[in-house]
Amino acid sequence: MLDDLTEAERKALAQCRHAVLGADQPLRLDCGVDLGPYRVAYQTYGTLNASKTNAVLICHPLTCDQFVAERHPITGKEGWWDSLVGPGKVLDPAHYYIVCVNVLGHCMGTTGPLAHDPASGEPWNLRFPVVTIGDMVRAQAALLDHLGIPDLFCVIGGSMGGMQVLEWAASFPGRVFSAVPIACAAHHSAQNIAFHEVGRQAIMADPEWKGGDYRQHQTVPARGLAVARMTAHITYLSEQALQRKFGRSLQNRDVLGFSFDADFQVESYLRHQGSTFVDRFDANSYLYITRAMDYFDLAGARGGVLANAFKGSATRFCLMSFTSDWLFPTRESREIVHALNAAAANVSFVEIESDKGHDAFLLDEPEMFRTLSGFLKGAAAVRGLGAVS
Amino acid sequence: MNAPIRVDLQLIADMVEPGTRALDVGCGDGALMAYLVNFKRVDARGMELSQAGVNACVANGLSVIQGDADADLGDYPDDAFDYVILSQTLQATREPREVLRQMLRVGKRAIVSFPNFAHWQVRLRLVFGGRMPETPSLPYKWYDTPNIHLCSIDDFRALCRDMGVRIERAIVLNSKSHRIQLPPLLANLIGEQAVFMLKRD
Repeated sequence: MLDDLTEAERKALAQCRHAVLGADQPLRLDCGVDLGPYRVAYQTYGTLNASKTNAVLICHPLTCDQFVAERHPITGKEGWWDSLVGPGKVLDPAHYYIVCVNVLGHCMGTTGPLAHDPASGEPWNLRFPVVTIGDMVRAQAALLDHLGIPDLFCVIGGSMGGMQVLEWAASFPGRVFSAVPIACAAHHSAQNIAFHEVGRQAIMADPEWKGGDYRQHQTVPARGLAVARMTAHITYLSEQALQRKFGRSLQNRDVLGFSFDADFQVESYLRHQGSTFVDRFDANSYLYITRAMDYFDLAGARGGVLANAFKGSATRFCLMSFTSDWLFPTRESREIVHALNAAAANVSFVEIESDKGHDAFLLDEPEMFRTLSGFLKGAAAVRGLGAVS
Repeated sequence: MNAPIRVDLQLIADMVEPGTRALDVGCGDGALMAYLVNFKRVDARGMELSQAGVNACVANGLSVIQGDADADLGDYPDDAFDYVILSQTLQATREPREVLRQMLRVGKRAIVSFPNFAHWQVRLRLVFGGRMPETPSLPYKWYDTPNIHLCSIDDFRALCRDMGVRIERAIVLNSKSHRIQLPPLLANLIGEQAVFMLKRD
């Protein structure tokens, strides 16, 4: 009933683990729908220790997935957080049992709009229920139950991953020993919703989208999805980074073409970003995941008072933001810090100097690694995890 | 972690009971916090203005956020800590009285250390030198000093009286950082810095 996989999903599932959950106990989604059974695709690195105290959950951002630290089965590219996860790195599988779960609604093996509705046997497409960050986190918690992992030494993630970290800390405080939300916010801002809406409209305006039923029509809304990616990609960078990388340099030419070809390098770069994205991401999934981010409002769900989300929390928090990130500016991390202080929670907060924009959290940022390494060392000592490099 | 810490920090550390909760406002590089965590099992949190200081602290495993005494103490709930510590920073705050009030709201006790502006060297420099005093504990020029609310030991005692704050302990150090025990009038002349432990009355 969950079958009829896409080629991409087949390749993804061949390279990771998965579990089918919710057959007896469906997942009650925020929209009121009971989802079950549903499949969860995930990847692990390292070994769970005997006392089950060394599990680390990595929450992936919008367009990344469970392939954190290995060659990607579709793109063939290095793992998206290779800089952080691996032997000798800050998150070393020799010390930690690292789990990363493909989020609900995504397209790398976990149930989403690509799957079939078990009731009708038809592909979900746009009939798939709208999921939230909270739903994603509850599906992850169900997987941990299934795997027999009682609690997590650390939950860490950037951007949408950071939203999941906050949701974890608020919804399952007893299962989160330490939490590292990076470059994120407690709610999606109007500007960010606006950018997502542009992306969604681009997809839905593509005639190949066919009201979401493009697979049945054997079409792909490639141009719409590419435009969505191009718009979003700009928000991940900073003006300085774009200027430094491209300036006004021309692409494969010495003079302006007086046409609408990609005269400028920056245009050519964006077009490339757009077209390669189409090969690895599903357009309907993009609609669902961006919607989940738009709906995220940790305080809104708790009487409008963010501090309520962290009341009595014993979790150790470490927040990080980047100076040039205008998608999730430092101000929004600071709001979370204020709320954590108001709840008298244990919190560290570091703003890292970088001109690389929002994407900085995925890049080689030594200050981020140093901060994280120190924070984890301190937390490991309190947790009694022994010597962690 | 066994390196000795500054004398005034050691005095503060000695005032803190083991196993308690403390907030170090203006924690700098985290030397006092690290001492409290390692030797007194204190659940220590820090607040520091300079981002470099914050990053260094967090990289050392300490729980520190960027913030300052004037703006950010208001975030914390009442009685969140057993001690709120402010070392050599009160004179650099915009509203020292409000900062003290907040410290004693957030903490059951406040520990404050500050340079004594009535120290004899300061008096001599101003009276006979006719210039703004520069001393080892006040090493700035008048135009670049962060110290905008300097006070004497007696000024501080007067403020505590005025605020109805109980002084539980007062330690005065001379210019060699030795503890001196003298009547208040002389302490205010000989003392170069002071450490006070305060409690709401």
